[in-house]
Amino acid sequence: MLVQECNVKFCRRNFLITSFACAIVTFNWHLKPHVVHATEAEVDALVNERLNGVPAKTGKIILDIPEVAENGASVQFTVTVESPMTEQDYVTAIHVFTEGNVTPHVASYYFTPSSGKARLTSRFRLARKQHVRVLATMSDGSAYVARREVTVAVGGC
Amino acid sequence: MSEVQGRVRVQRVAYKGEIVEVKTTINHPMENGTRKDKEGNLIPKRYITHFKCTYNNKEVFRAEWYPSISANPFLSFFVTAIESGNIDFEWREDTGKVFKKSAEIIVES
Repeated sequence: MLVQECNVKFCRRNFLITSFACAIVTFNWHLKPHVVHATEAEVDALVNERLNGVPAKTGKIILDIPEVAENGASVQFTVTVESPMTEQDYVTAIHVFTEGNVTPHVASYYFTPSSGKARLTSRFRLARKQHVRVLATMSDGSAYVARREVTVAVGGC
Repeated sequence: MSEVQGRVRVQRVAYKGEIVEVKTTINHPMENGTRKDKEGNLIPKRYITHFKCTYNNKEVFRAEWYPSISANPFLSFFVTAIESGNIDFEWREDTGKVFKKSAEIIVES
């Protein structure tokens, strides 16, 4: 009887210790910042930094990205901004951000009136299903934003 | 890895005022600093940070890149053909290395 009780106690203690250790390990593993992905708020901050208090409007930006990207290591995107591209009125910059990548800022492109067209095509990495945001700033100081969700079959970062 | 070399495609002849598409690519790994090699060691960051296009020594297009850009970065954009001359391209790595390429354009009025 005594032995049995002891055994039960021992088992319970053992169980508690083991589960507690497991909990710590899992918790630490969870906290381990191996890959930290960006958040929506982080991209908000990056966009606001470039806006300098100017209210961002919607429209004018045509974002051409596949709705479902098969390979996240290389996803082609085309950004077109409607603009006459003259000395008086042209697109000064296009900034591309991703809300779920390790590096949320993908690229910034700077145009001049001799660019002719505010349009570019490139390829970026997408770690997982996420939103892509584009900010375009004009020579008159106004700014436009566009946001699109992209589903990624196999993430690549 | 083979030698990093930029490649560009610009049409040879254009009319004055024509908007010409420029296609560029460069074979580069664009290491983002989070990948590991076979032994489990982190591969250091190494990527192209700046791209610049000048038309007869006047800057027409510029880009800042971060590691979210794919390996072997492809980029296409537009340039207005004004006069015959050279369109120069420059890629700058975070190590400070610069890769250059040039294309010739003939403008007919």
